Amino acid sequence: MLDLIIWLLEGILSPFVSVLEVIFDPLVVAMADSPALQAVFAILFGVGALVLYFWGTNAFIDWILGDQVSWIIQNRRKRERVRERIRPWFFVGPSLILLFIFLVFPALNTLDLSFRNETSTEFVDIGNYSWALQDPGFHESIRNNILWLLFVPFVSTTFGLVIAVLADRVRWESLAKSLIFMPMAISFVGASIIWQFIYDFNDTGEQIGLLNGILTALGGDPQGWLIIEPWNNFFLMIILVWIQTGFAMVLLSAALKGVPEETLEAARIDGAGEVAIFFRIMIPQIISTITVVMTTITITVLKIFDIVYATTGGQFGTDVLANLMDTKIFRETDFGRGSAIAVTLMLATIPFMVWNIIRFRREEKFR
Amino acid sequence: MSSHTATSQPTGGIHWRNRFGWLSVRLGLGILCFLWLLPTVGLFIASIRTEEATKTTGWWKALTPLSEFVPVRSHTDAEQLDDGRYVIRGSLAEDEGVQGSELGETFGIRSNLAETFTVGETIDLGEYISSRAGLTLTINEDYTYEISSNEPIELSRGQNIFIEVTTPPSFTTEHYRKIIVADADSDFGIGRAFLNTFTVTVPATIIPISIAAFAAYAFSWMNFPFRNFLFIVVVALLVVPLQMALIPISRIYNTVGLKDTYPGIWLAHTGFGLPLAIYLLRNYIGGLPREIMESANIDGATHFQIFVRLVLPLSVPALASFAIFQFLWVWNDLLVARVFLGILPENQVLTAQMRSLLGTRYEFLHLLPAAAFISIFVPLIVFFSLQRFFVRGLLAGSVKGG
Repeated sequence: MLDLIIWLLEGILSPFVSVLEVIFDPLVVAMADSPALQAVFAILFGVGALVLYFWGTNAFIDWILGDQVSWIIQNRRKRERVRERIRPWFFVGPSLILLFIFLVFPALNTLDLSFRNETSTEFVDIGNYSWALQDPGFHESIRNNILWLLFVPFVSTTFGLVIAVLADRVRWESLAKSLIFMPMAISFVGASIIWQFIYDFNDTGEQIGLLNGILTALGGDPQGWLIIEPWNNFFLMIILVWIQTGFAMVLLSAALKGVPEETLEAARIDGAGEVAIFFRIMIPQIISTITVVMTTITITVLKIFDIVYATTGGQFGTDVLANLMDTKIFRETDFGRGSAIAVTLMLATIPFMVWNIIRFRREEKFR
Repeated sequence: MSSHTATSQPTGGIHWRNRFGWLSVRLGLGILCFLWLLPTVGLFIASIRTEEATKTTGWWKALTPLSEFVPVRSHTDAEQLDDGRYVIRGSLAEDEGVQGSELGETFGIRSNLAETFTVGETIDLGEYISSRAGLTLTINEDYTYEISSNEPIELSRGQNIFIEVTTPPSFTTEHYRKIIVADADSDFGIGRAFLNTFTVTVPATIIPISIAAFAAYAFSWMNFPFRNFLFIVVVALLVVPLQMALIPISRIYNTVGLKDTYPGIWLAHTGFGLPLAIYLLRNYIGGLPREIMESANIDGATHFQIFVRLVLPLSVPALASFAIFQFLWVWNDLLVARVFLGILPENQVLTAQMRSLLGTRYEFLHLLPAAAFISIFVPLIVFFSLQRFFVRGLLAGSVKGG
C-alpha cells in the first residue's frame, strides 16, 4: 500500500524534476559565477511556473470545453456544467497534492517506519515503542515536554494579558506593543545567541552573561544557568516566553478592545475596583480568545525544537521529544526509534487537532 | 482612558488612588518593555564592541574602561645603597608590554592574581612566594618599582609584577565588515548564506500564497464534492508536527533527484505552510460579501476572472499578513533547510551558518552578535513596516472569521 503511494508520488514528482533538469539546471549552471543573478533567476522561475500553471489550466478548459471546440460535448448546457465541475479541481488540485505529499503521506509513512528496525529493513512489531517506554532519555524528554507545556502557554498568556491591559491605558500603546512583539520576528537560533549574553557562565573571573554579572556584583557565586538540572529547563522556557508573549498580547489586546465600554463604566459606577473589573468582567468576556491563544502556543510548544537544539543540544537533562527524534534520526540514523518518537509527538497533538475541528465547525455555524 | 476614569471620580481620596494607579500602570509597563528589550539591546552592544572586550567583560560594561593585568618582569641586577640595603630599581611604565597604555591602581604578583595590592603599597614578597623570602616590593605612585633586601639579591629570573592596564571603551564596525565581506572559504562569512536565505525565502513565500489563495477561493465560493470534508482535513493538518515529514520526504527526494535543490525546499516549505495559508485565506475570502460574487456571476464572469479581478485585489490585507507569517517562518527556519538543502557549505542558509558559529562558542564569540544582528535585521524591517497587516492576519485566523 505504502509502496504504491511512494511509487505514485515519485511518478508525480519525476516529470516535474525532468522539466527542472532540462530548463532550470543548465541556466543555473550558466550563471554559476554570480550567485545574486542565480537567486533572482531562481525566484522568477518559481513564480513564473506558478502563473503559467493557473493561467494555463484555466485557459485550457475554457478553450477545450468552450464554444470554439464544441464537438467534444455537443450540448452547450452540459458542456458548461462539465467545465464548471472540473474547474474547482484545478483551483484546489495543487494544494491537495502538496498537502498529501508533505503532510498526509509522511504521517502514514512514519507510522509504518515506527514498526520497523533502524534501517527499515525488518518488521519489529512494537519493539520501538517498548524501547521508548524503558528509555531514560525518552522519559526525560516526556517530562521536559510536560514541563514546557505547563509553563510556557500559561506564563506567556499571563504576561500577554497583563501587558495588553496596561498598554490600553497609556498613550504610547503602539510603541510598547511593538517592543513586546519584536521577538516574534527573531529566529530561534538568533534568540539563542541573544540569550547567551544573558545566561553565559564562567567558573572564575569576569562574567560576560548578564545574570551572572548581576549575581557576582551582589556578592554571589556565578551559576551555570543552562547546566543546573532541572532548573535549566526553565531558563530555556523563558526564551520561548520572551518570543510568544507578543503573540498572546496582540490577540488579547484586540479582544479586550471588544469588551463594551458601557459594561466597564457601569461596573465602575457600581464601585468595582480595577482588579475586580479585570477578573470578573474582562476575563470572562475574553475567555474564548484566551483559550485560542493558549491552544496555539501549546501546539508551538509541543513541537519545540530549535531553542533546545541551538543552546544545550538536549544535554544536561534538557532534551525534548522533537530534539530526541532529531538526534535518533540524524545523528544515530535509527529510523525506527526516531519514527516511534515522531508518532508519539503526533499522538500528543491529536486532542488539539480534534479541538481545532470542533472550534472550526462551531464558528462555521455563526457565519 | 486614564483621564476618562479620573474625571468620573470626583472625590479627592479616589483621585489620589487613581493618581497612584496612573503611575503604577506606566511604571509596570515601562519595566516590562525594558526587560523585553534588554536582551536585544545587549546583543547590539556586544556586536559593536572590540573582540577583546566582548570576550573578557559583560556587554553592560561597554562604557567603563576595560582593565586587564599585564605581566611585567623586573630587572635582576641589584645595586647596593648607602644604608647597606640592596635594591633592584625600574619603571613599570617603561616596559614594552604596557607602553602607551594607561596604568591602573592595582597590581598583583602571581599569575592567578590570588591577591592584589594598591599602587603605593610595600609588600613582603616572601609572605606569598617562598623563594622570595626576605624581599620587599614597593610600587610607587609614578609606577617605578623597588625590590629591596638587607642581603645581596640574586635572582635567576626577574619578579613578575602584574599591573592593571586600562583601555578606554571603544566601538567598532569591524565585525559587521568581517561577517559581510568575508571571502567565500572563510568559515564565518555569511554573505553567501544571506543570498541563499533570500533564494529560499522569496519563492517559498510567494508559491504557497498563490496556491493557497486559489484553494481558499474554491473552498469558499465553488461547489465540488467533498468540499467540507477536504477543508476539515486541512484544518486538522494544522497541528501535524513537520518533523515527521522529514525522513519520508528526504527519501523520496533522494530517488527523484530533488535532494539539496532549491525547488525541493520551495516545495517542502510550501507543503508545510499550506494548512495555515488556506485556513487564514479561506476565513478572509469566505467573509467577502456574497452580493459582489453574485453580481459578477450574473455579468458572465468565469470563476477565474472573478478570482483574479475581484477577489485578489480585495484580499490584499489577508495575503499580506500570511506573506509576513510565511516570510518570517521560512527566514528563521533551521530544521527544514538543514534537511532539504543539505550541509554543503555553498548551500548554507543564515540560520545554519549562525548555528555553526554558535557551535564554536568562544572562538568566534565576538563575531556571533554581529552575525545574529544581520540575520534579524531583515525580518525586523519586514515586520515593523508591515506590522499592521500581520496583526490583522493573526486576528483573522485566530479570533472569529474574517
